[in-house]
Amino acid sequence: MKILISKTFFDPWQAVEAYQESMGKSGQYGGTAVFVGTMRDFNEGEDVKDMELEHYPGMTEKYLEEISRQAEDKWPILDSLIIHRVGKILPDEPIVVVAVWSAHRAAAFDACQFLIDELKSKAPFWKKETLESGSKWVEHNT
Amino acid sequence: MAIQVKYFASLKERLGRDADEVSAEAISNGKISTVEDIWNMVVNGESMPVNTLCAINLEYVKPDAAVKDGDEVAFFPPVTGG
Repeated sequence: MKILISKTFFDPWQAVEAYQESMGKSGQYGGTAVFVGTMRDFNEGEDVKDMELEHYPGMTEKYLEEISRQAEDKWPILDSLIIHRVGKILPDEPIVVVAVWSAHRAAAFDACQFLIDELKSKAPFWKKETLESGSKWVEHNT
Repeated sequence: MAIQVKYFASLKERLGRDADEVSAEAISNGKISTVEDIWNMVVNGESMPVNTLCAINLEYVKPDAAVKDGDEVAFFPPVTGG
């Protein structure tokens, strides 16, 4: 299990590949499910220029670890990875990657969906968008 | 000791600061016993915005949760990560 809050740009595909090589479970996994969340340049009909992502250091990591442990309890998964950006983000940049490895695909798919859904509803992150008309805190998660 | 109080995101901007400290005496003299009491003491009468989330020591709690000396209490708006 790995949790990382990144203050700088990361390449989600390279991160998944690097973690897969480092986790030492060669030959065990038959399925890997990966979700990548990327910043859009529009939201609710307005152009978005950039975005500031704030988090609650300590509590965020604690919740991500907690949901990762819950996923391990609920499904027969081999390992999981969550990386989430904070700070200033530009359109097309990755915000989050969630990857889950399991022997068979169903557990990987289900655990991956659980992790991103729980992250969005519980982990203390907040987005502030810079629009043409000024900056605005995002109030609802879609 | 004391209680450390933290604010995040839109709530931090609205209050114009990211933290406060509440003295241990406020607990021992009975002025404060819950998270909601902390809010009422630090914001000077402004009611808590609807949907405000509260935490004690990095765990979500309800506003009526009891606080003790040394706790870290946080207030923030609904989360929007991912």
